[in-house]
Amino acid sequence: MPQIFKPSADTWLRTFAAVAALGLIAAALFGAGVARSDWVTRAGWPVEQPVPFSHKHHVGDLGLDCRYCHSDVEEGRYAGLPSSHVCITCHSQLWTGAEVLEPVRASFAENRPIAWKRVAALPEYVYFDHHIHVARGVPCVECHGRIDEMPLTWRAKPLQMRFCIDCHRDPAPRLRPVNQVTRMDWTGWASDPANRGFGERAMRRFHIQPAKLTDCNVCHR
Amino acid sequence: MRPWLVLLLLPALAGCDEMSRQPRDDVYRASPLFADGAAMQAPPPGAVARDAPAWDAALAERPPMTPALLARGRERYRIFCQPCHDASGSGHGIIPARGFPQPPDFNSERLRQASSQTFVDVIGHGHGVMFAYGDRVPPGDRWAIAAYIRALQLSQHAPAADLAAGDRARLEAPHGR
Repeated sequence: MPQIFKPSADTWLRTFAAVAALGLIAAALFGAGVARSDWVTRAGWPVEQPVPFSHKHHVGDLGLDCRYCHSDVEEGRYAGLPSSHVCITCHSQLWTGAEVLEPVRASFAENRPIAWKRVAALPEYVYFDHHIHVARGVPCVECHGRIDEMPLTWRAKPLQMRFCIDCHRDPAPRLRPVNQVTRMDWTGWASDPANRGFGERAMRRFHIQPAKLTDCNVCHR
Repeated sequence: MRPWLVLLLLPALAGCDEMSRQPRDDVYRASPLFADGAAMQAPPPGAVARDAPAWDAALAERPPMTPALLARGRERYRIFCQPCHDASGSGHGIIPARGFPQPPDFNSERLRQASSQTFVDVIGHGHGVMFAYGDRVPPGDRWAIAAYIRALQLSQHAPAADLAAGDRARLEAPHGR
């Protein structure tokens, strides 16, 4: 019986096995990287909207409070998208001829909602409630980022489960005074000696128990 | 199929994420159920909200003036009124600075004589170029804002004789120079 394999066959086999093993590991790492990437989480990607609404202009430059438009945020699960009535409160007098605002005027005139695209969407098996977070002093900026610096609106944080869990395990450093919850710039606040231990005090006052905050049914009901 | 092949394919199930979008009509969503394509529908004409009596009762009676009412009023005023009416109530807010017709000064004689009920009505139904805020400012908050407007008016028109002795002394002390 003649030789089937050449002397180099063993080398080829080992090389192939090694490349296949490395390829599997690389594919797993690549997959994990993609799942965590901004491309999948959409963090930092502006969403194209029917009207190029600028939070930078309305919040950053004019100083409107978040609740002027998102007026359900203290009461309900959803922060609330403003009706066109809210937009036209000012724009009945300002920028009345602006072409970019035509969809807003049409919406108001025809009583037809503007089809805004969702920016900070959560998977539908998550029951997130704005009201309790606002009432306990989790500032808007903690999840939504510096919205006052966004000329178009994008998702500031990945909003994956790890993002929620990080805070539910250790809420204290994120808590702020409830009456300043819509404040955007907290530079220097945490290092101010006057605010030392604020988070821990807020935890005691509101009976926040991290051990229970990570129960599955806190978010998945 | 061979069992080992099924085991090998199991991890592929992780790619299925159907539950992140569920067949239900959440608020603000599009829905094929209704003619206008929106999941949220306005109540039919003539519908009465379950909390309508409580709403009307809160609107009808002015709550007693308390520090808590004033604090609530100040917070709501800063959210909804300050952009036009300014922190002082002068009407020189940032929105009029951008071209919106300037609202009247809360410290004017006419508005100092106006009743709290007038402010509550204007917040709820609007006035002139000011749109109604009734959908965003519930009755209790309207009264709170009206109370805070009273405080703003007092802040600009307090008679010196009403000040506590210490404050009075500071006011009348000769200034530097």
